[in-house]
Amino acid sequence: MRKKTRIGKALLYAVLVIYAVITLIPFLWALSSSFKTLEEMVSGTISLIPNHFTLENYKQIFVEQELFPRWLLNSVVIAVVVTVLNLLFNSMAGYALARLQFPGRKPLFLIILAVLMVPAQVTMIPNYLILKQLGWLNSYQGMIVPTMINATFIFMMRQFFINFPRELEEAAELDGLGRFGTFFRIVLPLARPALAAQAIFVFMGSWNDFMRPLIILSDPQLFTLPLGLNSFKGQYISYWNYIMAASMVFTLPVLIIHAFFNRYFIKGISFTGGK
Amino acid sequence: MQTLFIIGPIVFAVFLAFHKVQLLGTASFEFVGFDNFARMAHDTRAKIALWNTVKYVVIVVPCQTVLALVLAATLNAGLKGEKFFRIVYFLPTLTSSAVLTLIFMWMYNQNGFINHVLEAVGLPTYNWLGDPDVALNAIMIMNIWSTAPYFMVIYLAALQDIPDSLYEAAELDGANAWQKFWHITVPYLRPVTSFVVIMGLIGTFQLFDQSYIFSAGSGGPNNSTLTVVLLIYQYAFKTLGTMGYAAALAFALAIVILVATMLQRKLSKEESLY
Repeated sequence: MRKKTRIGKALLYAVLVIYAVITLIPFLWALSSSFKTLEEMVSGTISLIPNHFTLENYKQIFVEQELFPRWLLNSVVIAVVVTVLNLLFNSMAGYALARLQFPGRKPLFLIILAVLMVPAQVTMIPNYLILKQLGWLNSYQGMIVPTMINATFIFMMRQFFINFPRELEEAAELDGLGRFGTFFRIVLPLARPALAAQAIFVFMGSWNDFMRPLIILSDPQLFTLPLGLNSFKGQYISYWNYIMAASMVFTLPVLIIHAFFNRYFIKGISFTGGK
Repeated sequence: MQTLFIIGPIVFAVFLAFHKVQLLGTASFEFVGFDNFARMAHDTRAKIALWNTVKYVVIVVPCQTVLALVLAATLNAGLKGEKFFRIVYFLPTLTSSAVLTLIFMWMYNQNGFINHVLEAVGLPTYNWLGDPDVALNAIMIMNIWSTAPYFMVIYLAALQDIPDSLYEAAELDGANAWQKFWHITVPYLRPVTSFVVIMGLIGTFQLFDQSYIFSAGSGGPNNSTLTVVLLIYQYAFKTLGTMGYAAALAFALAIVILVATMLQRKLSKEESLY
């Protein structure tokens, strides 16, 4: 290990602690605001501990906006279905590109690489028109079907399967398992870390997406949480106590997921991070 | 499926960029050649949006990259509690852009948290949300804060690959901490930095959510938070008959991003010659 002087160590800790404070302050401020009364919030005092601790804001948002639980449900349904479909299709496509010999494999792979480069805005308008033609605007399938595969993760899964030991699959085939049997019983269970990383990214992407629901959904019944939150802000423009409480309700599920699966996040990023 | 929703739209997007689109009743397309592209030259809002976006990219990408590198190097120094700090730092990356924007809007309030802190340490306060001169800066600060941790994790993974022997050799030569950072860590991480900058460029050019929520979709005050993607959104979905023009703008944006990333690649290659 490298030697470290006392002063150097203290300096490093100072940097870490200061940045931790900078990171946490907005969250703590929002959290404490959500337990304050509106009068206290607008009075302009800066205290992290509420003078009059109240749960009223949390109760009120569910009373004032009866669609709130519905938005939560929409977000959960869409994010879960999208995640499951992505896991299935991306890993099958990645596996096919890594292992199977079929005509057009090379061009197909190049097309997927090219798709990686195209920014979402280019496909946003045509996608809208296609969904309109299908009558899928304002529907779950309009939100789910266009996002059920993802070129980035097909690529990631291909890279993963290419480095996967071939001997295992050969052994499985000798034991009489077919292509699908090998894939679902042998390959997928061993790909768990890659799948977990992928699941988290897809789920977060769908859960936090703002632009797609903004374009596709106009019926408040079908709003997802980010969109609902935005419209909520529009209605209660200066009721920052409600807005902060709603924001906290929305953030909590993700923080819980993070607490449990934190190591997969880190792994997942280094996966996608050009390694 | 891949063809229908990804390749199809790309071809369709090129088609749209050369047409005037009407969506009343049934969609109609009228071929207009390069009119949509010619129109950009006379569109002052497009120029403002491009200027805002470029300003945003040029400031945010270097800041978030340097911050990410410094945080990663500090975390990697082998101190106790590294794991705790890593979890804390990662929080903004997890939180949705909608929530973060709302939290920051509340903090940026004229009588809000940030102005109070600035006042307490004797700095000038700003009307962050309402003053056209500072509104974009407010978004920049927020986004540097929220995206740097993501790139920090990428740097952290790469830092673990640097062999200890390099540092040990430098120590024998009497190098101090800063010299080790500048002459070993930074050059060693150059390929990762290149990746981080490219991802940063792609991400920042597409700024939309924050601008939209900040300005309730208008790009205000006085067009100061209008970005290219917000403009595309407005032309495509908020005004009638300009969808083809919006597609042309999206196409132009894709080319700008492509050129920017190629430029970056070229520059970083030339750098590595020295």
